[in-house]
Amino acid sequence: MQRPPRSLMSRSALVAGSLIATTSLLLAGCGSKASDTEGAAAESCVDTSGSTVKVGSLNSLSGTMAISEVTVRDAIKLAVDEINAAGGVLDKQIQIVGEDGASEPTVFAEKAEKLISSDCVAAVFGGWTSSSRKAMLPVFESNNSLLYYPVQYEGLESSKNIFYTGATTNQQIVPALDYLKEKGVKSLYLVGSDYVFPQTANRIIKAYAGANGIEIKGEDYTPLGSTDFSTIVNKVRTADADAVFNTLNGDSNVAFFREYKNVGLTPQAMPVVSVSIAEEEVGGIGVQNITDQLTAWNYYQTIDTPVNKKFVEAYKKAYGANKPTSDPMEAAYVSVYLWKNTVEKAKSFDVKAVQDNAGGVTFDAPEGLVTIDGENHHITKTARIGEIHPDGLIYTVWESPGPIKPDPYLKSYPWAAGLSG
Amino acid sequence: MDVLIGQLATGLSLGSILLLAALGLSLTFGQMGVINMAHGEFIMAGCYTAYLVQQVVSSAGTSLLISLVLGFLVGGAMGALLEITLIQRMYDRPLDTLLVTFGVGLILQQIARDLFGAPAVNVVAPAWLSGGVELFGAVVPKTRIFILILAAVCVAALATALKTSPMGRRIRAVVQNRDLAETSGISSRKTDITTFFIGSGLAGVAGVALTLIGSTSPTTGQSYLIDAFLVVVVGGLGQIKGTVIAALALGFLNSFIEYNTTASLAKVILFVIIVIFLQVRPQGLFTVRTRSLV
Repeated sequence: MQRPPRSLMSRSALVAGSLIATTSLLLAGCGSKASDTEGAAAESCVDTSGSTVKVGSLNSLSGTMAISEVTVRDAIKLAVDEINAAGGVLDKQIQIVGEDGASEPTVFAEKAEKLISSDCVAAVFGGWTSSSRKAMLPVFESNNSLLYYPVQYEGLESSKNIFYTGATTNQQIVPALDYLKEKGVKSLYLVGSDYVFPQTANRIIKAYAGANGIEIKGEDYTPLGSTDFSTIVNKVRTADADAVFNTLNGDSNVAFFREYKNVGLTPQAMPVVSVSIAEEEVGGIGVQNITDQLTAWNYYQTIDTPVNKKFVEAYKKAYGANKPTSDPMEAAYVSVYLWKNTVEKAKSFDVKAVQDNAGGVTFDAPEGLVTIDGENHHITKTARIGEIHPDGLIYTVWESPGPIKPDPYLKSYPWAAGLSG
Repeated sequence: MDVLIGQLATGLSLGSILLLAALGLSLTFGQMGVINMAHGEFIMAGCYTAYLVQQVVSSAGTSLLISLVLGFLVGGAMGALLEITLIQRMYDRPLDTLLVTFGVGLILQQIARDLFGAPAVNVVAPAWLSGGVELFGAVVPKTRIFILILAAVCVAALATALKTSPMGRRIRAVVQNRDLAETSGISSRKTDITTFFIGSGLAGVAGVALTLIGSTSPTTGQSYLIDAFLVVVVGGLGQIKGTVIAALALGFLNSFIEYNTTASLAKVILFVIIVIFLQVRPQGLFTVRTRSLV
């Protein structure tokens, strides 16, 4: 009877298991590449002869990103419903074709292709992670179709087929640094998750710091989903910087802020500025662990303008009184209106006409007046530094004097020369 | 000096967290040889137990103590159910067990997502555990000291139970020689279920404790699963003392490498060290010597 001992069998099975796990992680991490470029001159099949026009809403309704992206879908639907109730676009009612990106970049690319080629939508709204956007970009370029992408991102990108309605770096990270400098911060500690956005953001921060005499006391990355921050918090504590710039993403923030508070670090002694914590994430971290810490965004639920009050009220009426509104939701809501305004200016749903007429199109958004930049397809945005209060909401403590012109490649900042290369 | 003390404390604390997460696995994987990929989800179940108890019992301190007991029962019940419905049918097919439990883990994650939503929920730590203790210039959070003590208590309780109680003797007998144990009148079915109940229950306890320092979300368990397997493999299958030593060693190594490099690099170096170690000692630190033929 020759039979491998049980423990040995278990071990080889375990290896197989970790292989499965690693492979699925790798697959999740890779975006799909441009499959073909044959369709470059593909004829658009958008049908505008009837009384309706179709648009796509492509968001992750399952998988890890679902919670964030479902709110974006809701915001898109809210804008569409409002526009339809007010008479539609060019006298046509908007009809949403919803698709699930399933938190997988490859699925996003597939579904984008489907929305463009078989559903013949005039434009697609959605996407969240940079990898989903990067996966969809070649699809929209080869089909010459339009994507409205509503999330702040790392910049260094511009496509004529994508409209970026979230902040680029000079509308979020650079103003946050300006704010810290104004407050007399002389040294920073950088903490981030180990992927493209924090790495790029920190490159920009280091270039800015070098030019402005701010000392970088340390820079640490942790794997996404990392849950033990005792070593990093020890390092932060002994480094004794004036402030911490936090680009951690997701659940890592929970462990980080709990540890931070428990070793006795306070927002008064060493404030943490976060760029990925919005109203929704505050609850999971526990508001008592993060009260008085700072965030950098363009929109908060508490913005005191009639336009925003109307938006918040409409959102809560549609989806529940306990649902907060946040920056990406607002950017998604804005993207639909900007598309509508562009189409009306162009008097056509044609992609080329929309691209040609986009420059200068404005919308009085909940965050303030926004204008599309015809050159780089981003929009002007007001930067706001917010403080987290015990009620779990974020209140503006500083805002830029006016909407900031988007500059995804940071060309207008001398200190940033060489960053985009 | 305070850096050294701080990192020693961090290492000890990290070791105790690894130990708590791996202790249950050292029973189900180490002793029984079942590769349970849903072990992480039992930890998650413990986290959500703590969350639910806190919705009912408002005092954070009382709810923590209730959760520790309830977490053990919830984790254990889920484990026993999994054993009875699926695992017992595939004791001689480790690869199938691996895939099936991986699937069960995914299902449990999605259930948690549907029940509680995908964003992390907040479990409030009791007031007497907030803040830290000053130790030669370093600050150690009280939550971490609590976890260290809890891990020590769990190890002591488990070791005593295995060594002295009749149930423990039955478990060890079945692990060492299943056929002989059966011929001596021990019901190996009952023993398997009991072992799985205890192992999974310990995962639930770990989950409750981990809410003090980490997040409670559907994917919480995933972040501890691989580390837990590493600890058990390095420690050697079938020995609790191996698990204890391996957990502490990995904790210290990780905290010192991370301090001098970065968190990502520390993980890489740690994996390389483990691979080299397993080349030299594939059976891990300790093994059970038996006269059994299998």
